[in-house]
Amino acid sequence: MNRETRFWTVMFLGGCLFLAFQSLGTARGVGQQFVVRVDATTGKIIPPATGASDASSAVKTVIYEPASKDDPEAIWSFSRTAGIWIAALLTLCIFSYLYRDNVCYKLAESIIVGVSAGYWIVTNFWEVLVAKVLVKLAPNVARYSFLPDTPVDVKADYLYIVPVVLGCMVFCRLIPKIAWMGRWPLAFVVGTTAGLKLTSFLDADFVRQVRSTILPLVVFSANASDVSTLDWKQSIQNIVIVISVLSCVTYFYFSVEHKGLVGRISRVGIWVLMISFGASFALTVMGRITLLTMRLQFLFDDWLGLVRI
Amino acid sequence: MTSPLLNKLNALDRRWIFLAMALAVLSPILLQIGSDETPSPPTIKLFDEIERLPEGSRILMAMDFDPTSAAELYPMALSFTRHCCLRHHKLYFVTIWPTGKPMIESTIKAVIGADFGSGDRAYQYGVDYVNLGYLAGDAVAISQISSDIRKARPQDARGTSLDELPMMSGVISVKEMDLIVNASAGFPGGKEWVQYAATPKKIPIAVGCTGVQSTQLFPYYPDQLLGLVTGIRGAIEYETMLAAKYPDPYANRSKRPAFLRGGAQRWAHRLMIGLIVLGNGIHLANRYRRTPHP
Repeated sequence: MNRETRFWTVMFLGGCLFLAFQSLGTARGVGQQFVVRVDATTGKIIPPATGASDASSAVKTVIYEPASKDDPEAIWSFSRTAGIWIAALLTLCIFSYLYRDNVCYKLAESIIVGVSAGYWIVTNFWEVLVAKVLVKLAPNVARYSFLPDTPVDVKADYLYIVPVVLGCMVFCRLIPKIAWMGRWPLAFVVGTTAGLKLTSFLDADFVRQVRSTILPLVVFSANASDVSTLDWKQSIQNIVIVISVLSCVTYFYFSVEHKGLVGRISRVGIWVLMISFGASFALTVMGRITLLTMRLQFLFDDWLGLVRI
Repeated sequence: MTSPLLNKLNALDRRWIFLAMALAVLSPILLQIGSDETPSPPTIKLFDEIERLPEGSRILMAMDFDPTSAAELYPMALSFTRHCCLRHHKLYFVTIWPTGKPMIESTIKAVIGADFGSGDRAYQYGVDYVNLGYLAGDAVAISQISSDIRKARPQDARGTSLDELPMMSGVISVKEMDLIVNASAGFPGGKEWVQYAATPKKIPIAVGCTGVQSTQLFPYYPDQLLGLVTGIRGAIEYETMLAAKYPDPYANRSKRPAFLRGGAQRWAHRLMIGLIVLGNGIHLANRYRRTPHP
């Protein structure tokens, strides 16, 4: 172990011990979670069960709401405490990448990928295959199998066979002999997306955007005594917008060589683009720092209970 | 020419910078140092619109974000929902992100469940608010609910038929909404709501977006977007206005998650500016050192 590794290891272990010691001394403890049992029908808190004959055991639907440790009705929740611990340890695994790539980071990364994929598959199974396909094609089957809440007056709509067939045709790509059939649904998707995008884009992103750029360069506004005065702030804003748009459009106009006046205007366009990239980068940094803040709030408040509100 | 300090700075381990950033963010969290922001016009416009709308107006709350963007957007979602509840508007929650479902549930629980679920004018499910849940199909789903909500979603997230909910009577499509408020983390999100619902159907829309997304959405303001709340700064601005207008209880720190994140943000930005200046200083010093001097 070299000197640098020794130093960082001592720092890390010392920090962990200090935080653990501090955390054990707080009322909330190390990630301990407490809940109260609430009757879902009446909304009343059920006192903690004292035995098999307890009246609360007759309540059918119980909701567990977060509670303070000092609450006399509160009971310790194993599942929530475990959840906080798993989330905290996974957060630390991800943070460990800042030191160097390691197995803990890889493990946490793989869990994120797996959980995300699983979540998307399950959600889309229920929301697309069941709710949009099965309910539309066979509502009675849906009612008796997956969705008992399916209304009885829902009638089958056999037009939904078309997307089902197209969806199945995508899998033809896995069989080389009929792989060509897999192109049809893709052609359908490309065609409809292009059509849908074209109309909405033309309206929202072209016509309306061009209209928003046609602005008066000198703006006069009426003051309290109804006298028209120069609104220099709005005028400068409009001039900047018009110059920025024209210079950026000139920069992307390649039919004329960027020399002389055109070259100078396109140079202004580059500056405008650079400023917008800078703004994007700064805002990205702001977002990332907010993410870091949220994770540290979680670690030091929810897990260690060191933040005293 | 040699300088021991310059040599040390040139060889500085980047992990010291990580440590400095962690301390800059952590100190305000532990000391509970928050930050207020002066509201900007795009944020003020959304706030004023929610204030101006008559009580009982229909507002579509599109929560298109996930846990990874919740740091910026969840405080916004809470503020928007609180403000609408204070004005007693009817809320229609929806998401076109599969991961948006728990975000809606969490927002409803934190705002309606905690502050507006009891009392004389308690918010009732199906009467004052409804959770329409997740709509699969990205932009196509937006297009579909713009023409017929029931075709896209015949039941709410609880499985109740929309026709059985009192607040859905007379609501055929998004056109019946008085305002769309969207918390957007990317695609599909604010841009698609503008393209497929707000602009073609002429429905007022305001977006609260992540900082990364704001440069894509600013061109729509103010012609196609009524208001734009940007990143955590926008969330702090909105909380500041809410606290000023409704100090009890929204001036309370525990009801202001964005405010508490603002302090860390401020110190982290100061550190970053310092590091950028230092980095450029080192670069210039190195250049000066390499230049031959008589």
